Amino acid sequence: MSDPPPTPLLTLRGIGKSFLGVRVLDGVDLDVAPGEVHAVVGENGAGKSTLMKIVSGGYAPDGGTVEFAGATRTFRGPRDAQRAGIGIIHQEFNLLPERTVAENVYLGHEPVRRGLVDRRGMLDRTTRLLASIGETTLPADARVGQLGVAQQQVVEIAKALALDARLLIMDEPTAALADHEVELLYGLVRRLQERGIGLLYVSHRLAEVFDLSGRITVLKDGRRVTTVDTADTTADQLVRHMVGRELSSYYPDRAAPEDRGPVRLNLRDAGNRKLRDVNLQLRAGEVLGIGGLQGSGRSALARAIFGVSPFTTGDVTLDDRPVRLRSPRTAMRAGIAYVTEDRKGEGIVPRQSVLDNALLASRAVFAARSGRAARTARVRELLAAVEIRGAGDDQEIRFLSGGNQQKVVLARWLALNPRILLFDEPTRGIDVGAKSAIHDLVRRLARDGAAVLMISSDLPELLGMSDRIVVMRDGHVAGELPAGATEEEVVALAVGAVREPVQ
Amino acid sequence: MQTVQPRSLPLRLPRVRPGGVLPILAILAVLLVLVGIRQPDFLAPQSLMSFLGRSAPIILLAAGQYFVIVSGEFDLSVGSLVTAQVVVAARLIDSDPARTWPVVLLLLAFGALVGLVNGLITTRLRVPSFITTLGMFLILVGAVYLWSDGAPKGGLSEEFRRFGRRAFEDVPVLGRVPYALLVLVVLAVAAVLLMRSDFGRTLVAVGDNPRTAELSGVRVWRTRTFAFILSGLAAAVAAILLGGYSGVSFQAGAGLEFGAITAVVLGGVALGGGRGAVVGAMLGALTLELLFALMNFYGVSGALRSTVQGGIILLAVAVSATRSSSR
Repeated sequence: MSDPPPTPLLTLRGIGKSFLGVRVLDGVDLDVAPGEVHAVVGENGAGKSTLMKIVSGGYAPDGGTVEFAGATRTFRGPRDAQRAGIGIIHQEFNLLPERTVAENVYLGHEPVRRGLVDRRGMLDRTTRLLASIGETTLPADARVGQLGVAQQQVVEIAKALALDARLLIMDEPTAALADHEVELLYGLVRRLQERGIGLLYVSHRLAEVFDLSGRITVLKDGRRVTTVDTADTTADQLVRHMVGRELSSYYPDRAAPEDRGPVRLNLRDAGNRKLRDVNLQLRAGEVLGIGGLQGSGRSALARAIFGVSPFTTGDVTLDDRPVRLRSPRTAMRAGIAYVTEDRKGEGIVPRQSVLDNALLASRAVFAARSGRAARTARVRELLAAVEIRGAGDDQEIRFLSGGNQQKVVLARWLALNPRILLFDEPTRGIDVGAKSAIHDLVRRLARDGAAVLMISSDLPELLGMSDRIVVMRDGHVAGELPAGATEEEVVALAVGAVREPVQ
Repeated sequence: MQTVQPRSLPLRLPRVRPGGVLPILAILAVLLVLVGIRQPDFLAPQSLMSFLGRSAPIILLAAGQYFVIVSGEFDLSVGSLVTAQVVVAARLIDSDPARTWPVVLLLLAFGALVGLVNGLITTRLRVPSFITTLGMFLILVGAVYLWSDGAPKGGLSEEFRRFGRRAFEDVPVLGRVPYALLVLVVLAVAAVLLMRSDFGRTLVAVGDNPRTAELSGVRVWRTRTFAFILSGLAAAVAAILLGGYSGVSFQAGAGLEFGAITAVVLGGVALGGGRGAVVGAMLGALTLELLFALMNFYGVSGALRSTVQGGIILLAVAVSATRSSSR
């Protein structure tokens, strides 16, 4: 299976795609043979999802060709691709929970007899279809909403097969599955292979990529780094391909050992719906970097500390005193600030002025404490200090650049004199100049004694800024790395390529 | 004040700041010119003062509605609340002057309570405000009929009625200044000051992006509930003025909620919240009243009022939507 067979099912040549002038895919080649599992791996933002959307008709490529079953195709949309025989199983299922399995499988192309839906025939066909992929326990007339996640996934696959799919794309198929369910999926994938169906398998988890795939294509920054036979490679090599880039940017000096103060925030076995058994200490004066993949619990951690979706288990102490951070307000009163990763959705009030945006938190929580004039004067000073360029204080914030918006958000929090700052992707979508200004500011805050927790998907930034790095995976701490760790070490922990150190 | 004004209007509109009061001022000016051409007497101080006094209730309701709309919600209950207040006042006062002030206080408390209930149902039970206040509208209509056995009972005292119908006589230059106008000016100034306060700025921020506000420590539910209370209070004051002016009937407040919403939208306030000035909303109400007066002067049937309101709402929302999406 490791030799690419002579007649590929799908061939991509030089696929390119840009969004608003940003190149997300550039000259990507890839092919899938019938009965082959071809895995696609890469960091967040490497271009995997975009590539899959192009294959399944969601996007039209700017350049390159898609050849499917021997003919060059231009899909006009997902339905067009489905009719041609390409199915996609998303992480989020597209099922109608109130309908039966059979109704979902044949949704939109129900078998018809004498002008009416042939229910009997539909059930029979669904049962046969399920049996053909080894599913004999799943009743075709069960309501989908009552099924478990793994069974719903089977329904999704049956849905694609009912349309005679010859190529199936699976996007992070195990993300929602429990461990024992993953085994079932393995069996299913193998049976699909036996039927000669080609599979494009996108996953962050290297273990299953090695278990299932025949070949692996590594994407990085929208380009194909390499395609390797799974049998001839190791997890280490793969990780190196995924990250291999040179460190070039400048970052401010790290904290000297004597600058690190006492433990300010201490989490013991803390957990909630998205986190479990998190043990973590955050010290005054340090920048603690949080690494991990999207959905690994990084943001959930910050949001739990800030009281947005609070911890439900475990203990939290702040300066050695137990605290319950139930809401953003309690967290703010305890001296915690949170700069969200979704600046547009929950970081700014777009149509209000720069000044109103910067005053938002002080008005809401500490209105009684300080005089109005003094507060406004202080916020104006802060806005000047963070150097917002080319904008007056009374300009609507939505007309500012991302970098300037972020600085206004920072000013909002600095006005509260926070002792703990949680940054979630503080420089995402920000130009280079503003980026290094924010880096300097983050470091200056730590130097002045604040405890800083910084989440970043940008590995050079994470490595360049952090005094320590904690890597999250699947809602818990996968491991901790000291300053000077390499990108490979972070990624290896994040994808689970190394055995995690016993805590 | 010549007809140059309307011609320069289309050129200026795109450049003014969205949510500002310039467009509504321009429309108001155009209408004043048209009124002046048709009925110059109307612009004499005497009749202008009386017009402003008559318009005070709808202007106050527009201000109340503004607080709710700018925070991202709706209040459809104010019309029936006004009716309920007037009917309740008549029955409780029962033409006894000594009961005037207690009943006035009671009406204010009743207005605030209805607002509180609207607010709590909307924010805590997460019922969309459109539905909450529609339900409240129906409940109040039914309750008033039930309570008064189908016909208004009792009567308002002369004391009570003076807010709506009396005036300061012989004021230099202006002539007769209705009490209602004084009430309006005082409350309008209070509303403007409130919108400049921390609460006011926070209210608009909540309407603009409740997620951000929540994550910045704003208690969004309290802020919005307070907006509903303000709307209920505005309805109480409007009811006191209206009852005085036009007396007791089951029609006292009919349709006022739509008038108020039209006025707010006309005043450049974005439906869905986050943009617009309370002054704009109040000017919107004044403009709407002036438009109705103008229709009257030109002999247009009064039956067209609601059609005109509907047209204005659609047009104003369409204009603001296309203007904001073209950015």
